[in-house]
Amino acid sequence: MRIPILKLYDCLLVSIQWELDDQTALQFQEDLLHKIHETSANGVVIDLTSIDFIDSFIAKVLGDVISMSKLMGAKVVITGIQPAVAITLIELGIGLEDVLTALDLEKGLEKLQQELGD
Amino acid sequence: MSIQSCVTIINEWDIVAARQLGRNVAKELGFGTVDQARITTAISELARNIYLYAGKGQICIDKLNDAGKAGLRIHAADNGPGINDIRQVMEDGFSTSGGLGAGLPGVKRLMDDFHIESETGSGTQIKATKWLR
Repeated sequence: MRIPILKLYDCLLVSIQWELDDQTALQFQEDLLHKIHETSANGVVIDLTSIDFIDSFIAKVLGDVISMSKLMGAKVVITGIQPAVAITLIELGIGLEDVLTALDLEKGLEKLQQELGD
Repeated sequence: MSIQSCVTIINEWDIVAARQLGRNVAKELGFGTVDQARITTAISELARNIYLYAGKGQICIDKLNDAGKAGLRIHAADNGPGINDIRQVMEDGFSTSGGLGAGLPGVKRLMDDFHIESETGSGTQIKATKWLR
């Protein structure tokens, strides 16, 4: 199953609603970059509210897609990381430094607007 | 006393099956959401290692009851190429596959007990336990 990517003005909105397997994660990476290209979006919010664990593979795919989006000229904000996910990521040794984050979707969109300067 | 259930790891979908089994057992035993996430993540790392490096193996989940202390043990076993230098794979950031190199040292931090045995040419056995507090 593919993860839906929605366009909202000049931003893209992604809400990951189910447990990611490797293929879905890699497919999402490609889909998001194509969608950025297609829509000329300059910002992306990826909401992880429904995700209850992130392993090192998913973390790498997420980190990579953020860097790839940046190369294309789009900023990414990650929102909704659950307490259990934050704890396990840090214990795994993955800090996702330099990644823009916000508590929820609403704050994520605000942060993106600030970053994009309007 | 222990009760065991296993998942054979051959493809990527088996990684999903193994962590679902682990999460269900963790829930059943009464682990909280943070420990459930730790256990699920640890299983995911170990199952992916089997898939990536050994090609085939098994993840077994044991319910432990040791003198009134309840726990969950992950047993990852494969007959793959084994690990040459265990000290090296337990270092943060070491990877031969282009990954983050967070897997094994990460699993050790996520779980309470961690035990690894490996012989070049004959495979790897990892046991990692989380105790219910």
